[in-house]
Amino acid sequence: MAHDSLYAAPPVGAEAEPPGAGGERGAGRLAGLRGALGSWDAAVVAALVVATLLASATVQNFATGRNVQFLLLDLVPLALLALPMTLIVITGEIDLSVASTVGLCSTLMGQMWLSSGLSLELICVLVVLLGAVLGAVNGVFVTGFGLPSLAVTIGTLALYRGLSFVVLGDQAVADFPGDWTAAAVRSIPGTSIPVAVVPVLLLALVFGVVLHATPAGRALYAMGNNDQAATFAGVSVARTKFWLFVASGAVCGLVGVFWTLRYASARGDNATGLELTVVTAVLLGGVSIFGGRGGLIGVVAGVLLLGVLRNALQLADVDANALTIVTGALLIASVVLPNAVADVRGRLHRRRQRATPVAR
Amino acid sequence: MSVTAGAPERVDGHPPTGPDPRRRGLAERLLAVRELSLLLALAALVLVTTLRNERFLSGQSVKDLLLGCAILVILAVGQTLVIVTRNVDLSVGSILGLVAFATGSLFLAAPGTPWPVALLLGVALGALCGVVNGGLIAVAKVPALVITLGTLYAFRGVDYYWASGRQINAADMPRSFLRLGNQTVLGVPVLFLVALVVVAVVGYYLRAYRSGRELYAIGSEPAAARLSGIPVGRRVFAVFVANGALAGLAGVLYAARFGTLDAAAGTGLELQVVAAAVVGGVAIFGGSGSAYGAALGAVLLTTIGSSLAVLRIDPFWQQAVVGALILAAIGLDRLLAVRMAARLRGRSAHGA
Repeated sequence: MAHDSLYAAPPVGAEAEPPGAGGERGAGRLAGLRGALGSWDAAVVAALVVATLLASATVQNFATGRNVQFLLLDLVPLALLALPMTLIVITGEIDLSVASTVGLCSTLMGQMWLSSGLSLELICVLVVLLGAVLGAVNGVFVTGFGLPSLAVTIGTLALYRGLSFVVLGDQAVADFPGDWTAAAVRSIPGTSIPVAVVPVLLLALVFGVVLHATPAGRALYAMGNNDQAATFAGVSVARTKFWLFVASGAVCGLVGVFWTLRYASARGDNATGLELTVVTAVLLGGVSIFGGRGGLIGVVAGVLLLGVLRNALQLADVDANALTIVTGALLIASVVLPNAVADVRGRLHRRRQRATPVAR
Repeated sequence: MSVTAGAPERVDGHPPTGPDPRRRGLAERLLAVRELSLLLALAALVLVTTLRNERFLSGQSVKDLLLGCAILVILAVGQTLVIVTRNVDLSVGSILGLVAFATGSLFLAAPGTPWPVALLLGVALGALCGVVNGGLIAVAKVPALVITLGTLYAFRGVDYYWASGRQINAADMPRSFLRLGNQTVLGVPVLFLVALVVVAVVGYYLRAYRSGRELYAIGSEPAAARLSGIPVGRRVFAVFVANGALAGLAGVLYAARFGTLDAAAGTGLELQVVAAAVVGGVAIFGGSGSAYGAALGAVLLTTIGSSLAVLRIDPFWQQAVVGALILAAIGLDRLLAVRMAARLRGRSAHGA
């Protein structure tokens, strides 16, 4: 594998094995140990299972259909936004403007519904397109002008949020047709799983396949590890990143539509502050902020873990605002623990090497 | 290795900071341009607003303006210390909120506490939060962005948990403390004077002290800084403690100024702080910028807010203008950096 050398030298504090690269690594006891301990994906999934079981057993009303429905509905925006964010962070960039883009798309949707006389179907399509345009603005600044995405998207975070207040002021548009708003929260007949989960799963599948099973996806890891090397390997770094930002914007548009319909309200402050939760979920899912490593399974598990913990604690009567401790602690643990584990593992490894100086 | 990868193009985005007098002169000229352009923008803004309504430059209005920007200036200066080393501290808003609430609680529990004691305790608590940030960054060896994003939530959560819905009112705090927030000396609010002192001290430190210059070296190229014997880990840790202490100071001043406190104080402030620093010419990837620039950035952002109101522009435009300003500022930086790189290339070609 030509790409393998890119993963060969993990930076200090290597956390997750890049999915797909682990298979080519050497066999043996050490690899097995590393596989069991080192796969962040597996750790997050395990934590998710444990948390879910624990919550079902100890928290009243957690395992009820109604709660599952609300839990999943609440997670739809987070899950959707986390998908393109994963790909962007893997390339070593970041998009902090997502929540503001959602807000602007939501108010534009409200304004169009209020005054344009277009059909709601058309408005929804337009909003997604507008989201893509807003993402393209980020993309132009980052790839066209060569500016750091962190600074650019902090700028558009403020700009888009400001514009969303310009569009509707402190007013809210709430008179969306009842059958549309009901559709946003409807469950699949016979289950307590919201219909909205289906597009999330479909998109997750699309992003997952692109990331893990196509040359374009491998190229994302390559450019996250080393932009220059990726360029020399024939990857068009700028163009790929540009389209990632466009995709992120389009997904924001979609979330804007969903948010507006779910809460039956288009307001300037919709989804305020959500960007930090999205980044948290992505990092919790094992994606390195340096770029170049992480996978979508871990991120989806991270999103669910965040949702389950918050929901369970809320049911257990913990103040909703104090729950931010959980978010913060999870994020810190997710970056400190792998490093500590890697440290210990490195020490064990060295000791073993000293004991058996002959290479395998 | 990343150590060598960007070496030949290092000029890009990072004005040289070494002792070489010729290059230093160029860097200083460039920085001077930034601060000058900020001052010009500020002057133009004030002029236009005053032409529209001359009361904008009246004593009361100026006093409100200075009062309004003091806290943001202090935070932006602290953030400059951090960003210069190629780090960022997103937890300042939460530290401010936590310290502000702690100060209120202190007066609630011990009404007789003299305000200097409260001030010192607040700064100490802020510094402690900075120790947590710096310590975690040292242990985890991941970018400060991630850790301080985590502590942004954690500190805020602690704040909420502690407050559990309570609110502290101005009536709970001693008169002498609240006066600190509104008093003026020769027409200048005390709060603003405190901010000025902070700007002067940090600005002088960054410019004149060896360890201050080392912060720029760390931000320009951490690996090179380490190889040249700079204790990078210790410096970065100290920078986070200092920034925490300044956020603590800002928290105490916040309590003195507003009097009414709940656990949400300072929410979302971190982005404004980073915006002020970036607008003030502090490069987000470290190695360049000054405390003076960041302070001017903070003043400019605050002034935009008040002049929009005077200009009868929908106040909802304020945030959009701030966003556009950030984009313009980093775009301008990029343009200047590209030009300077071209000029330096030309010069070395002549020399060779």
